[in-house]
Amino acid sequence: MNFTLLINEGPYQHQASDTAYQFAKAALEKGHEIYRVFFYNDGVNNATRLAIPPQDDRNITENWAALAKEHELDMVVCIAAAQRRGMLDADEAGRQGKDADNIHPAFRISGLGQLVEGGIQADRLLTFGD
Amino acid sequence: MAKLHIVNKSPFERNSLKSCLGKSKEGSTILLIEDAVVGALKGTVVADDLSSAIANKNVCVLGSDLNTRGFTEAEILDGIKIVDYAGFVDLVAEHSNVQSWL
Amino acid sequence: MSEGIKKFMFMNTKAPYGTVYALESLEVVLISAAFDQDVSLAFCDDGVFQITDNQKTDGSGMKNFSAAYKALGDYDINKIYVEKESLEERGLTMDNLMKLTYEDEDDDWAEKTSMYLVTRAELADLIDEQDVTISS
Repeated sequence: MNFTLLINEGPYQHQASDTAYQFAKAALEKGHEIYRVFFYNDGVNNATRLAIPPQDDRNITENWAALAKEHELDMVVCIAAAQRRGMLDADEAGRQGKDADNIHPAFRISGLGQLVEGGIQADRLLTFGD
Repeated sequence: MAKLHIVNKSPFERNSLKSCLGKSKEGSTILLIEDAVVGALKGTVVADDLSSAIANKNVCVLGSDLNTRGFTEAEILDGIKIVDYAGFVDLVAEHSNVQSWL
Repeated sequence: MSEGIKKFMFMNTKAPYGTVYALESLEVVLISAAFDQDVSLAFCDDGVFQITDNQKTDGSGMKNFSAAYKALGDYDINKIYVEKESLEERGLTMDNLMKLTYEDEDDDWAEKTSMYLVTRAELADLIDEQDVTISS
């Protein structure tokens, strides 16, 4: 079975991203597939490559990136929600004339249609939010 | 095929558990995660509501979130089943849709 | 259910403006119209405040996005369920809400209501029919 996960809250502020991560890990361990992980609302902040959590704490973005690398996960950040919150990849920063970008290369930026398509294509869509 | 309802808010702060109880059908499953796990404790003001729900719905609680908050199986209402993340995944697979009560 | 078409319900339980969820949820709804799915919206709990009439945001400086709900009919999104008990608990009636309509192409483009007042039990039945529920 395959799942699309929708994550609507930022890292550390809320447990949503942690819960989704643990769920994804358990699902993959059981042989299920993750069709897509879609980051929306403040959830786009999970994609920052610039976070420096204390050394005794988990690194949520790197955890997602490692899981994505191991299982070739499609991790999509909503472009509209990301732009609102100052989350840009290098292409977008160039296009918008900004002097920096902050999105981790394990994530890609795309439109909201990717969420709807994720709901259509996956067997289940789960929302993790507040 | 029955639905899975997920609640993640403490019932002492928000009304999503109440909202979920009122809009979930007999035979459906309610899973308490994150801050909602404290709703499964014995002796609370929502214990009667949950006990009624247990009569015709499956009520589960995510054990790791319960332990994280300092509680164990001994402290939760009879009839509530503890699941781990693998069990959470099974619940999602076994039900035809999942509704998160945010 | 037609082949390949899923029933999508957008479940709106939060008030607008205090948090961004209502606005950003509506953006997903509008995008979903392009996918030819069976889309409906439910408003319950504080979600009913999203569609109150006469929202005026000049003083607060918030972006007034209430007009976008009125455009849903133009996107062929015309199943909008409002929970009766949630209105009553908040001292509201349908008269406090915007009139959301669509033009029925099968009936000489007659303007019809998109809004259905449903009881909690009826909403439970509707939730039970969905293939995908996107909550915010």
